[in-house]
Amino acid sequence: MTPNRSELIEMLRKMILIREFDELAIRLRTEGKIYGAIHPYVGQEAIAVGVCAGLASADRITSTHRGHGHCIAKGADIRRMMAELFGRVDGYCRGKGGSMHIADFSVGMLGANGIVGAGLPIAAGAALALQLDGKSNVAVCFFGDGAVAEGEFHEALNISSLWTLPLVFVCENNQYGANNPVAAQHRVTDVVAHAGGYGMVGQSVDGNDVLAVHRVAREALDRARGGEGPSLVECKTYRWHFHAMRQTPPPETRPADEIAEWKRRDPIARLVSDLKARGLLSESDLERMHRQVQTDLREAVAFAEASPFPDPKDILADMFAA
Amino acid sequence: MREISFAQALDEAVAEEMRRDDRVIMLGTDFTGDPLKEFGPARVRYTPISESVLTGMALGAGACGFRPIVNWRMVTFSFVAMDQIVNQASKIRYMFGGQADFPVTYRCTTGGGSGSAAQHSQSPYSMWMHLAGLKIILPATPADAKGLLKSAIRDNNPVVSFECSRLNAVVGAVPEGDHVVPLGVARVARAGTDVTVVGLAYYLQEALKTADEMARDGISVEVIDPRTLVPLDVETIRASVRKTGRLVVVDEAPPTCSAASEIAALIAEDAATFGALRAPIQRVCAVAVPVPYSPPLENAALPDRARIAAAIRRVLDAAPVPA
Repeated sequence: MTPNRSELIEMLRKMILIREFDELAIRLRTEGKIYGAIHPYVGQEAIAVGVCAGLASADRITSTHRGHGHCIAKGADIRRMMAELFGRVDGYCRGKGGSMHIADFSVGMLGANGIVGAGLPIAAGAALALQLDGKSNVAVCFFGDGAVAEGEFHEALNISSLWTLPLVFVCENNQYGANNPVAAQHRVTDVVAHAGGYGMVGQSVDGNDVLAVHRVAREALDRARGGEGPSLVECKTYRWHFHAMRQTPPPETRPADEIAEWKRRDPIARLVSDLKARGLLSESDLERMHRQVQTDLREAVAFAEASPFPDPKDILADMFAA
Repeated sequence: MREISFAQALDEAVAEEMRRDDRVIMLGTDFTGDPLKEFGPARVRYTPISESVLTGMALGAGACGFRPIVNWRMVTFSFVAMDQIVNQASKIRYMFGGQADFPVTYRCTTGGGSGSAAQHSQSPYSMWMHLAGLKIILPATPADAKGLLKSAIRDNNPVVSFECSRLNAVVGAVPEGDHVVPLGVARVARAGTDVTVVGLAYYLQEALKTADEMARDGISVEVIDPRTLVPLDVETIRASVRKTGRLVVVDEAPPTCSAASEIAALIAEDAATFGALRAPIQRVCAVAVPVPYSPPLENAALPDRARIAAAIRRVLDAAPVPA
């Protein structure tokens, strides 16, 4: 099923929103308005958007430490995301989680996660629940190339394939696990090669081509919904910024020509030029979209700043369910 | 009242809860009895030996409407799943601001005394107590094994069920029907006036036997079973200590940062209870070594009735704590 014009425009809007959200998060963190660590998703927008465009609200995803893009792509509210970054009560976690623990269970976003690989078992559990419920919903697990070196990756692929769970493993291979290149961490740098060892379909795709990501993800999602079990989709991509920042962005350690080469493969510019070539997007459409994104982000910051800080007397709230 | 073993009581609890609620599912590499026959392979899931994924899958399935019971078998194996226990299960509800519930029960056996040596003789209750976010049950009788495990399965939070191996064959009265014991309520297992002994799991049974022996010498021992370590019913213990003025805590874990340490601290830092103390608090714990294999060494490592009795005599003989 090929996306129609309004779906394509929405994919572009979300990709721009994700990029601008994280560029803003970097500025806000540098200004000291938000706290903790920020892991920008800039450069990888096509993956979250391309995959989530194939999902319904009742489908579930798990995310990573670099999770803002997955939240936005799955339909989370940027005002509540921003309020969470600001540590306010109207944040998704009432200010208890911050950037690395944003979740919105109401849209099936089961959480970002500060531990590499930790989302895979949780996604497998969600997939088990969906299988037992007998509906055609699926779970998607986003993770990076770094997670492939974790035991949880292998345990999750094995049991999911063994039980034919309705699950799609989406590896965002951004070429670096934290600050170390994939070739320094893995003998086999094509993550998709692991699929065969677990008896599942594996497919590698250009992670900077949102339409290709969407097409491959759609096939994997259809297999999962049709009872054919999990797939491993490897999306080759690149993060434009650092792995993580706290007070200030850390110095760049990657080769300048490598960064420049990947920026030439900008996933947003690629979709823009494709849509323009097909006559589906004009320059004024694009300008209007950019203006709207900036307006939405200003409103999100205003919402966050207007939200009170949590009251320390509520520190024990949410510890245990009734 | 009918009598069944601790192990049978645990099996009954699980089977009854499986019958009561079809959202209860089981994950593990092995199960006692034949639950597959009654409940089928969709709900009784024999798994690969993959503790991390099982521990985490239960959270994912729990957040999506099921009530998984994960059987780690021995607590030893749970350590393979440390990330999912420490970073996920104990924190996932709070760090997401209470958006979802995670009604998961993690079961495992604990304890030494069976010649199983260092890795398979552990009682790491306090490691999990320390995390804040996991409830913990520690039954010491067949009735509590059944009643507490049923409460754990019905609870909407991750609950760890520590099931002491040495209690498996212990037989005791268990009420018929839907016998449920609430979490967070200690039990005065034997009333007494001279000294309070808090016994955990197998050592509740040993403390009761010691109390019987000492009664012949005219010593009146009150024995308390906390039954759940999180939440801990500290008020029942404090009330007992305010009455007796003396406290001995018996725990087969090593003493450092143990449940026994926590109970001692909760008694000592409460002004009214501290003021009633007539002797220093005593902990009777394992020697701080990995539990050794050879019987004379293992016996030396673990508490026994002689050490419990000696601690009771120490607190009885102690000069009163100055005001």
